[in-house]
Amino acid sequence: MSSTTHDAHHDHHAPPKGITRWLFTTNHKDLGILYMVFALIMFFVGGAMAMIIRVELFQPGLTLVDPHFFNQMTTMHALVMIFGALMPAFTGLANWLIPVQIGAPDMALPRINNWAFWLLPAGFTLLLLTLFLPGGAPAGGWTMYPPLILQLGDAFPFLIFAVHILGISSIMGSINIAATILNMRAPGMTLMKMPLFVWAWLITAFLIVAVMPVLAGAVTMLLTDQYFGTSFFNAAGGGDPVMFQHIFWFFGHPEVYILILPAFGIVSAIIPTFARKPLFGYSSMVYATASIAFLSFIVWGHHMFSVGMPLAGQLFFMYATMLVAVPTGVKIFNWMATMWQGSMTFETPMLFAIAFVILFTIGGLSGVMLALAPVDLQYHDTYFVVAHFHYVLVSGAIFSVFAAVYFWLPKWTGNMYDERLGKWHFWLSTISVNVLFFPQHFLGLAGMPRRIPDYALQFAEFNMISSIGGFVFGLSQLIFLWVIIKCVRGGEKASDQVWEGAKGLEWTLPSPAPYHTFERPPVVK
Amino acid sequence: MSQANDVYYVPHESRWPVYGIPGMVLLAGGFSIYLNGGSWGMPMMVIGAVITLLMTVMWFRDVVNESLAHKYNAQVDRSFRQGMAWFIFSEVMFFGAFFGALFYARVFSIPWLGGEDPATSRFLWDSVVLSWPTAGPGFLDLEFQPMGAWALPTINTLILLTSGVTLTIAHHAMKENHRSKVIWGLAATVLLGAIFMSVQSYEYVHAYQDLNLRMDTGIYGSTFFMLTGFHGVHVTIGAIALFVILIRVIKGHFTADDHFGFEAAAWYWHFVDVVWLGLYVFVYLI
Repeated sequence: MSSTTHDAHHDHHAPPKGITRWLFTTNHKDLGILYMVFALIMFFVGGAMAMIIRVELFQPGLTLVDPHFFNQMTTMHALVMIFGALMPAFTGLANWLIPVQIGAPDMALPRINNWAFWLLPAGFTLLLLTLFLPGGAPAGGWTMYPPLILQLGDAFPFLIFAVHILGISSIMGSINIAATILNMRAPGMTLMKMPLFVWAWLITAFLIVAVMPVLAGAVTMLLTDQYFGTSFFNAAGGGDPVMFQHIFWFFGHPEVYILILPAFGIVSAIIPTFARKPLFGYSSMVYATASIAFLSFIVWGHHMFSVGMPLAGQLFFMYATMLVAVPTGVKIFNWMATMWQGSMTFETPMLFAIAFVILFTIGGLSGVMLALAPVDLQYHDTYFVVAHFHYVLVSGAIFSVFAAVYFWLPKWTGNMYDERLGKWHFWLSTISVNVLFFPQHFLGLAGMPRRIPDYALQFAEFNMISSIGGFVFGLSQLIFLWVIIKCVRGGEKASDQVWEGAKGLEWTLPSPAPYHTFERPPVVK
Repeated sequence: MSQANDVYYVPHESRWPVYGIPGMVLLAGGFSIYLNGGSWGMPMMVIGAVITLLMTVMWFRDVVNESLAHKYNAQVDRSFRQGMAWFIFSEVMFFGAFFGALFYARVFSIPWLGGEDPATSRFLWDSVVLSWPTAGPGFLDLEFQPMGAWALPTINTLILLTSGVTLTIAHHAMKENHRSKVIWGLAATVLLGAIFMSVQSYEYVHAYQDLNLRMDTGIYGSTFFMLTGFHGVHVTIGAIALFVILIRVIKGHFTADDHFGFEAAAWYWHFVDVVWLGLYVFVYLI
């Protein structure tokens, strides 16, 4: 193998054939595709779990599955969607896009990149295997709170090690992304000239490297508490189950920004393109992203207001959390100002980006409501929380991934996607996601608890409406799958620039982009 | 070759990362089965560990050979440096979780359980008096002695600090092309690391046999063994890394201005050194 490096200059430009291309690849585009295909598969796996949840909740009473399996579905849905769908989707986008956006030939550490990707199937082999083990899959919620999680059956160590492996994967992926951004930029591509997607990922990579090891430490303590007699989360031994919540949410809160900062970067690329105006307030966007990342480390307690916390702690976490709304507001107003008086057109990526801005703002505002400690005591663990984080994660983060796929698919495949089908996908998704999640606000305010397979009769109508929205949303994603397959197989040829208003290095490359790009650095003015 | 920066270097594909994946699955799955009481867990785990180890060795071998063939330019060197720095940062955060647990127990949970928070103590263990070190309110009749800071841990601190000095001497000698001094400095560092680990092992035996201090001795035993144990693992990894570097120095792999392998291992060693200082202060002294 190593002998091919010197003489292989001509086949340097063509990918190797067969399965080994994908297994051994160090090419950032191949790995980006692998990440995104993996994310798409996991999106449907996690989506199937969500469908089971919504079927069960369609009517009151235990209708389809037994409560223990229902709990497995809520837990696994979260783990699969967070670690299997969203994070790999963003990492895949980073892999494909960052080198071409900064004028680099590849990632800084291509073999680490390969390893980071292939750790994902390894981790999910262990995690999904738990569905078939005695005692079933994890069912105590994705947050893994002790002592409940310690009652898990044979799945327990598999869960812990799956989290370890997925953690190693995302840490390695992020180290690579950070080193790429800091070290591989083309001459002239100064930090403040980088596309915002690159900036968002630099900050996200920092967050991942900072907090994934903390999660690894937290689950390691769960493991030793279970099997090696330690007392970290056992009050009898002088520990405290609440301590786990502190350590977990020190990871968990930055984690939710890990899931949204790349989305900010995507939307900041798409809105200027279709508004045909430069992004309003570029540097304020950078500072806002950095401020959000900083604040994410000092707000974890707002997940724990109802657990019993000193008043000073409640006040601190409440005010710090409300501060997050300031830089986030800066971003939302910047996107609006970018669209102001622009010559806008509404292709599918733009539609998803605009829906992102509106629906993410709804999720952000319910977040400010949840930040208020006295109010949160009412909302905690109700469907209001479920509505809140699905607004930011589904109609926020996932919509941004849809937008990104439609936006860059012509660059990846060389073909335009089917605009008509894309619009169907957009409208069906956007209407159904609101039918799905908006009624859950009312359910939560009326007191319906999360993670319970049955409910009181007064919640029946809203649950049925929500489930219908869920089924439509789920089915609409098959259109998305079809659009992607259709676009990969052929279609109207895309130009190099693809979109009239598109700016940036990736749009100077041919469509589809060749296997290797920027082997000689471009010069950025 | 040592091109100027106008051409990038992209390493060729590698099969080692993928070959390591079944190793990771077997290692983690085997350990899980072992913990669940399955008899084939241990063999699976051993096979997984061997595969993972082989993968690591082969991967590093490729990198060393490419480095010796002067395929890496200055940019690759910077990528390696940044990658290593970020990796050490992630390790710091990993230890942060366990230090966080220690501080939380000492500052919050022990005083709260011991009566400072009336609600907690009244409903759980009424009028119990707790002070650090403790095995917790549920194990008040458990007799154990905490690990004192004097004698062995202090000697170990000096050993580890000295190893940092010998390593720095080796590094300066490396920059001055003083090869025999590099070898002696590195050998001394590895030796001091081995002595440190021997003393730690003796301390563990002493804790279990004489002090009745065990991993299940409440929160004190938990934090003590978790922090010192993970530190010990990292010292071992660092010592192995330095030993490999020592062999590479003897084989003449490094030059005065091109020895990042040496520096990466040295950074790692200084990192475990600094973690130890934190341990010494917060686990042993205070």
